[in-house]
Amino acid sequence: MFRYFLKRLAYVAPVALGVSFFCFLLVHIAPGDPLTSVLPPDASAAQQEEMRKIYGFDKPLPVQFLLWLWKALQGDLGVSIATGRPVALEVGKAVGNTLIIALLAMVIGFVLGCLFGFISGYFKGSWLDRLSSGIAMLGVSVPHYWLGMVMVVVFSVQLGWLPPGGAGPDGSGAWKWNWEHVRYMILPALTMSVVPMGIIARTVRALVADIMAQDFVTALRAKGLLDRGVLTHVIRNAAPTALAVMGLQLGYLLGGSILIETVFSWPGTGFLLGNAIFQRDLPLLQGAILVLAMFFVGLNVLVDIVQGLIDPRVRRQ
Amino acid sequence: MSAATLPPVAASPGYWAGVLTRFSREKLAIAAGIVILLIILAAIFADVIAPADPSKASMLRRLKPLGTPGYPLGSDELGRDMLSRLIFGARLSLFMGLVPVFIAFVIGSLIGISAGFFGGRFNTLVMRTVDIFYAFPSVLLAIALSGALGAGITNSILSLTIVFIPPIARIAESVTAQVRGMDYVDAARASGAGSWLIIRAQVVGNVIGPVFVYATSLISVAMILASGLSFLGLGVKPPTPEWGLMLNTLRTAIYVQPIVAVLPGAAIFITSIAFNILSDGLRSAMEVKS
Repeated sequence: MFRYFLKRLAYVAPVALGVSFFCFLLVHIAPGDPLTSVLPPDASAAQQEEMRKIYGFDKPLPVQFLLWLWKALQGDLGVSIATGRPVALEVGKAVGNTLIIALLAMVIGFVLGCLFGFISGYFKGSWLDRLSSGIAMLGVSVPHYWLGMVMVVVFSVQLGWLPPGGAGPDGSGAWKWNWEHVRYMILPALTMSVVPMGIIARTVRALVADIMAQDFVTALRAKGLLDRGVLTHVIRNAAPTALAVMGLQLGYLLGGSILIETVFSWPGTGFLLGNAIFQRDLPLLQGAILVLAMFFVGLNVLVDIVQGLIDPRVRRQ
Repeated sequence: MSAATLPPVAASPGYWAGVLTRFSREKLAIAAGIVILLIILAAIFADVIAPADPSKASMLRRLKPLGTPGYPLGSDELGRDMLSRLIFGARLSLFMGLVPVFIAFVIGSLIGISAGFFGGRFNTLVMRTVDIFYAFPSVLLAIALSGALGAGITNSILSLTIVFIPPIARIAESVTAQVRGMDYVDAARASGAGSWLIIRAQVVGNVIGPVFVYATSLISVAMILASGLSFLGLGVKPPTPEWGLMLNTLRTAIYVQPIVAVLPGAAIFITSIAFNILSDGLRSAMEVKS
């Protein structure tokens, strides 16, 4: 197990390095001098030269990258142009908010996805299968930002049950665990859960159908094992893959929350990213993307390790 | 004597004949295909079909409900005919969903097939680079690239293409690696065929099917992402009709005319479902395992 663990880490290190290089390059693929994003348009040539030195833009690209990486490792992601505050601080504040709704959405999506997927796979070909598969198909096809708008129309505008956006009654981002605050996360989390629900349902359906067709299930049945007994075997065989898909989906939710957070004005990383794009705040854009991508990379490793713990076959590959 | 008495043997139906037979049984996929065909035709002949000019605004007729005389699907926040804008919007929405997947299909297959066939260091180098892009959730990668490059149709298509190349290359690589180990490839090599001939004659034909099916499953994602970029103000710029952008500009109208405001998203939804159902149908007709 320890060797497997080391192997995964050795594999992920170059990927993490590549991901940070890509994030570093984002500022440089942006049209124009990277300085123009930091300087006021009326800055003099001397000021420009000075800033170039301060930001290290006068050095060759690989040196710039190493300097940038060294700072990033120490938690210094630069300063936001729009607010003047450190990027790490801005991202840190937002990450918590995104995690809250992403985790809630993941739980809803996983439970419903497993349920629909299991029903579909276990009763493959029946009307129950068609119904569940249909729901899963709707889930994977829906433009989630549009679904968010529809949810607001139905539950906020028409019924008036839930607030259309924001993260709390006082308009601040300060989070508290009470109904007044939880009300605000229901619509975004429900909307977010639909896509992973569809994907997990489709994966679980294929898994369960595959397992049901295997010899050992037929053998179990032939031995006279009751349906409940067969069920545990099927679940034990499907669980590792289902968990792996869930982990990946959580990563997608964290990184892909920008559209949902924009629709619901939810003060998370996606909302921050949206503002960074709107104001062309490149340091903030770079920092937010680096943090989110690293979360995703870390989550991938975690999923692999958990899978290795549950299923010894994975370790030997 | 035997040759004269044996009945003539019918040629065995080829793989594609089998695909066609199996596909003809997929009623839902055929219906989805027809829906897509109708949307494509509507996009091509938008000038003829659309009842009104999609950019003709009217300050007096803003946000009219469905069924208003002259505005069958209502009017938008600038008093433009929704039906006409939806029909014209299909052009860019389809274009921005299909083009990135197509380019990524061509480039990703080339990368994946060569990496899978030649193997070795070359494979490691290519696949590790692919892994880096794979380490980003697709929405985040698309937004990162578009956000850095700036708004516009070309930049959106460019970033979406970059998003879809790695997954396609990965599939192409793994299928190619399987095909390379087949006996018929060894046989071809033993009979003196060079790499180029083997790739052309043995590999491409066996790899392109599964990769194509996979690529079709990306079209719906591409359409949702492309419209999503426009929704964020990163794609198409106003006043060009495009479904994602229309949804964005109508966002504030959900309090006044909710049904009209969500129509462009319904158009994206219908197209996206149709492509997914078609892709599922193709997958089972071509007997590709996911």
